[in-house]
Amino acid sequence: MLNKIWFGLLAIGLVYGFGRAALAPPPTTAPPEPQPTATQAAPTATQAQPATTQAAPADDTPVAPAEQSRSGALSAMGRRLTNAAIDSAQSSVEICIALIGMMALWLGIMKIAEDAGLVTLLARLLRPVLRWLFPDIPRDHPAGGAVVMNLAANLLGLDNAATPLGLKAMKELQALNRDKKTASDSMVMFLAINTSSISLVAFTIVAYRKAAGSSDPASVIFATILATTCSTIAAILAVRLLRRFYPLRRRPDVAPTTGSSVETTPAPDEPHEEGA
Amino acid sequence: MAGLLEIADLVSQWAIPAIILVVVVVAWFRRVPMYDSFVTGAKEGFGIAVMIIPYLVAILLVIAVFRASGAIEDIKSALTVALGWVGWEAHAEKLELIPLAIVRPLSGSGARGVMLELFEHHGPDSFIGYAASVMQGSTETTFYIMTVYFGSVGIRRMRHTLGACLIADAVGIIAAVVFASLLYRAAP
Repeated sequence: MLNKIWFGLLAIGLVYGFGRAALAPPPTTAPPEPQPTATQAAPTATQAQPATTQAAPADDTPVAPAEQSRSGALSAMGRRLTNAAIDSAQSSVEICIALIGMMALWLGIMKIAEDAGLVTLLARLLRPVLRWLFPDIPRDHPAGGAVVMNLAANLLGLDNAATPLGLKAMKELQALNRDKKTASDSMVMFLAINTSSISLVAFTIVAYRKAAGSSDPASVIFATILATTCSTIAAILAVRLLRRFYPLRRRPDVAPTTGSSVETTPAPDEPHEEGA
Repeated sequence: MAGLLEIADLVSQWAIPAIILVVVVVAWFRRVPMYDSFVTGAKEGFGIAVMIIPYLVAILLVIAVFRASGAIEDIKSALTVALGWVGWEAHAEKLELIPLAIVRPLSGSGARGVMLELFEHHGPDSFIGYAASVMQGSTETTFYIMTVYFGSVGIRRMRHTLGACLIADAVGIIAAVVFASLLYRAAP
């Protein structure tokens, strides 16, 4: 499935870009995008480091759109797509470089907390919630602690801590996973809750509003909490409802018979899908 | 309100130092070899961060190309025309939020850029600015999280993750517009 989505988005982007530049009337094609090559940085990782998004200097798209021939518009689009591709590759490495320090810091602290028994303590306190959302995490398994830590970081709006702790939780969940290539029920639930953004107070938004000159920057908080609660509930319900359509291939009760055959099929690759 | 916000801000600013202090003090009393523990954990973190890079390059490349093609702006203008046909011109203003709704699950910095642009054009205290803030605050960069989290442990089959996440995103975006409409008050 990942292969199809990936190819689809890439093909749509490239073909649509070409078609748009080739077919649209020249005068209107030129100016619409303000900063098309704005580098893609991650929200969670780089909030603190604005330096990672180096303003793309190659943004010399049509400056004088008055007289643009069709081929001019085409080549401008080509340049824009090229820049987007190159900049994104570069910025994703920058994101990861920025993440290395954060990962090391938080997993270091987390390791101390783990060795001191704090993580299991936290997981034990929240066991009812955990057992409801993640029934296949056994008691006192480190996965429970890691999941709780990530959710707590998200709730408090500690973006910088949430990603490292979330990755740690994924690692622990993977240790429990029977089929290492397929997401387990707990992983799906964990991802859905994470992507539905459960932060209680959106401090970064308030800061941006203040910076933009809002007279009441905090006025959005209540509506934000209501909306994010809706999306988190929807995420939990959607995971529960959709699960029946995606059964795990190897059920515990049939494991002995089908085990070997499943393991020999790696990911369904479609090698001929080379979009670009 | 301002007082409450200040307290909340104080709590969030001190959350990390306080957490670190609690962890270290408890570890001290439990006689944990802290330095060794920290280094062990940090090593693990380093490995994970480096392992993510190829997955992140793959997904950010696709998203950047998709955005650069201009498809998102065209969807917005097409919908504006469609609303005109149906006779819902009153809601046409809300379509300003469409680019944000599309970009939000794809790219964090992209969505931030769109939101700041909306602030600039409409003002943060306008309805559009208000709704954009709620939308930005109540949803997450789904694709980034999925790529990085699954990539870091080598999961290839995501099962119903994408479906569930997209449903949650759609609900979050709709809820953001609905609650923004209900709760928005023009600034005095």
